[in-house]
Amino acid sequence: MQRRTLISATATAAAALLALTACSGGGAADSDALTSRGDITIWYSNNEQEVAWAKAMVDAWNAENPEEQIKAQEIPAGDSSEEVIGAAITAGTAPCLVFNTAPSAVGQFQKQGGLVDLASFEDGTAYIEERSGESAEQYRAPEGGYFQMPWKSNPVMIFYNKDKFTQAGLDPENPALSTYDDFLATSKTLVESGAAQFAINPSPTSQFFQVGFDFLPLFAAESGGKGLVEDGKATFAGEEGLAVGEFWKSLYDQGFSGREEVQGDAFADGVSAMSIVGPWAISVYGDSINWGSVPVPTSSGIAPEETYTFSDAKNVGLYSACKNQATAWDVLKFATSEEQDGQLLELTGQMPLRANLPDTYPDYFEANPAYTQFGDQASRTVEVPAGSNTVEMMQDLRDAYTKAVISGEGDLEEALKGAAEKVDALAEEG
Amino acid sequence: MSSETLGRSPGVASPRGPAGAGSRKRPVVQRVFGKNPLGALLSTPYLIFLAVVFAYPLVFAFYMSLHDYFFSAPGAVVDRPFIGIDNYVAALTDPQVLQSFRNVGVFLIINVPLTVILAIVLATALNRVVHFRAFLRVSFYVPYVTASVAVVAVWLFMFSGNGLINNVIGPLAPDPSWLINPTLAMPTIALYVTWKQLGFFILLYLAALQNVPNELYESASTDGAGPIRSFFSVTVPGVRPATALVLMLATITGANLFTEPYLLTGGGGPNGASSSPVFVMYQEGLQQGKPGFAAAIGVVLVIIVLTIALLENRFAGGKEE
Repeated sequence: MQRRTLISATATAAAALLALTACSGGGAADSDALTSRGDITIWYSNNEQEVAWAKAMVDAWNAENPEEQIKAQEIPAGDSSEEVIGAAITAGTAPCLVFNTAPSAVGQFQKQGGLVDLASFEDGTAYIEERSGESAEQYRAPEGGYFQMPWKSNPVMIFYNKDKFTQAGLDPENPALSTYDDFLATSKTLVESGAAQFAINPSPTSQFFQVGFDFLPLFAAESGGKGLVEDGKATFAGEEGLAVGEFWKSLYDQGFSGREEVQGDAFADGVSAMSIVGPWAISVYGDSINWGSVPVPTSSGIAPEETYTFSDAKNVGLYSACKNQATAWDVLKFATSEEQDGQLLELTGQMPLRANLPDTYPDYFEANPAYTQFGDQASRTVEVPAGSNTVEMMQDLRDAYTKAVISGEGDLEEALKGAAEKVDALAEEG
Repeated sequence: MSSETLGRSPGVASPRGPAGAGSRKRPVVQRVFGKNPLGALLSTPYLIFLAVVFAYPLVFAFYMSLHDYFFSAPGAVVDRPFIGIDNYVAALTDPQVLQSFRNVGVFLIINVPLTVILAIVLATALNRVVHFRAFLRVSFYVPYVTASVAVVAVWLFMFSGNGLINNVIGPLAPDPSWLINPTLAMPTIALYVTWKQLGFFILLYLAALQNVPNELYESASTDGAGPIRSFFSVTVPGVRPATALVLMLATITGANLFTEPYLLTGGGGPNGASSSPVFVMYQEGLQQGKPGFAAAIGVVLVIIVLTIALLENRFAGGKEE
C-alpha cells in the first residue's frame, strides 16, 4: 500500500511538473502596446547625480502630461543592473524604460524578447540617427533595427594626480604619458620616488566588464578606432592588440600596477597616482584631488585629437513588458531632447551621445573647461561588440588577459590568439 | 510477527489467513493516503514545499540541460530546441568547468576533514568548560551568523599582500600573496569557510554530546582510560550520527561554494584557480545567457554530491540498532 501511495504521489507530482513546464514558453507579443498611451514606469541609475537628473526630468514631464504620468524609481538593488533587468524581463515585470542599459547586455535582452525595436516607431530610426550622428551605427542591431537608444558615454581617459607628479619631480601640467615608453618611464619615476605605491591600478579581477578599463581603451586608441570584433572576426590578436597587452604586462611585471585588488578607490586613496576612468570621475573626485586628464597612451603617441577610446556608454532600453509604449517612446524622446541632454551634462558631467556635442553646448564647455577634453573625446569612441554573445566574448578575452598579462603566465600572443578563436566562433553563432 | 502468533486465540481467524482481513478491501482513503491519513494530511504542506522549492527546480533544471535553453520574456515566441546531451558533453569537456570541479575537490579535501576534527574537538572542550561557557559558545557562533560580505572584508585585511598575516610572518609571506596565488587561493578560501561555519557544526556536536551517557565515561575512567583514550573510545563513537550529519552538511555546503570565491578572490581568480562549479554556473547561466549549459553543470554537481553524501552516510553513519 505504501508503495502504491508513493506511486500515486509521484504520478501527481510528475503531472504537475509537466503542466508547469508546458507553461514556460511560447505565446504572442502584445502588438497593441506599441500605440497605446497612459502611465508608465521607468528605472534610473542610483548614483546621486543621475538621481537628481532623473527626478527633475520626471517632474518636468509629469507637469506637462497629466494623462500620461511617469512613475520612477532607482533600479532595484542587485549584483548588477543587467542581472536585475534580465530577471525582470523573465518575470514580465520590467519597466517601460531603463535609463542605464549596458550595450553589452542589449543583445541578450533582445534575444529574450525583452526589448522593443525603436525602429518600429515611425520616427524611430530618423530620431536616433539624427541625434547621435555616425555614432548611432555602433548601436544598431546586427540584423537591423535599434533595440537601444544611444544615451550617454563616459569616454575613458587617464586621470592623474598632479600633487603626486609634483612630489615625484614630474611636470604636472605636461606629463609625459602619450607613448608607451613615456608612460612606463613616468610610472617608474612615480613608484621609485615613493610618490605612490602604484603608478596606475586598474582592477585586476576577472569580471568581463573590466576589459573596458584596461585593454579595450588602449586597443581602440592603438588601432585607430577598431572594435574588438569587426566583420565577424576578432581584431585584437594582431599587432595592435599584442602591443597593448605587452604594455600592460610591463606595468604589472615591473610592479607599477598591482596584481591584487585594492579595497576602496586606489586613486582617491592615494595608492595609485593615475586612474583610467571617464568624466563621471570629475564630480566624484571634485576638489579632493588635484587632478589632470590626458588621452590613453599609444605606442607612437597618436595626437589627442585623433585618439580613440572605449565609450563606457549607458543607453536606454524600451522594454516589451510596457503596456503604453507610445507614451514610453515620447518620454524617451523628451528625456534625450537637447534641453534634457543639457541638463544631464550639467548635473552629471556625462556626455550625451549626441553629434557635435561641444558645438551644441558651447556655454557649458566654456564654463567647465575640465570637461572639454571629454566632450571632444566623445566623438571618437568604440563600443563593445553587438549581439547576444557579447558578454561571453568579453569574458573569453578577459580570461586570456588576466592569465597572460596580469599574472604573466604563458605566451601573450598565444593567449590572445586562443581568445580570438573563441570569439570568432561566438561571432559566427551570431 | 511472533506476538501475533502468540496472541492468537483458538477459534479466531488469522488476520493474514484466507478468511482474514487481508482479503478484505481497505477503505479508499486508506488505499490512497496510507495507514495514517491524518499524518499524510499534516505532512502535505511540507511535501508541497519540497515539490515546489526542490523537486520542480531540479526536474526543470534537468529539462533545461537537455535544451538550448535561455530565459525569455513572458509571451515571447522563442526557439529552444532539444539538443540531447550536448550541454553535458560541452560542460564535461570545458577546461574551465573541469578546473572548477578540481578546485572544489581541493576545497572539500581541506574543508570537510578540518571541519569535522575542529568541531568535535572544540565541542568536547566546550562541553567541559565551566566558566564563560555561554561567552565561548557565542564567540564560536558569531562568524556563522555574520554576513559573508562583512567577514570577507576582515579576511581581505588579513590576507592581502600588505595584510596583517604577511606583516607578521615577514619573509615567510608567499609570493604571490595568498589570495592571488594559484596554489594557495583555494586552500585559503577553505580555511576561511571552515572558520566561518565552525560555530554551526560545534553546536551540532554539542547537542550530540548531551546524549552520550556519563556512565560510559565513568566506566572508561574506571578501566584506566585517560581523557584522550575516553575521547577516542567514548566520545567519537558516541557522536557518530552527528559526525555523519556534519560530513554530509559540510560536503553539500562546500560543493555549493560561491560567495567566497566571488568576494575573496574577485571572481574565481587568479586565472580560475578559485572558481567553483556554482560560480561557473553563475557566469554561464546568468551573465552569459546560457542557463542550459549551467543546468548541465548543476545536474552533474548534484549527482557527484549525492554520491559522496551516500558514501559518507554508508561509511561514517553506521547502522541504527
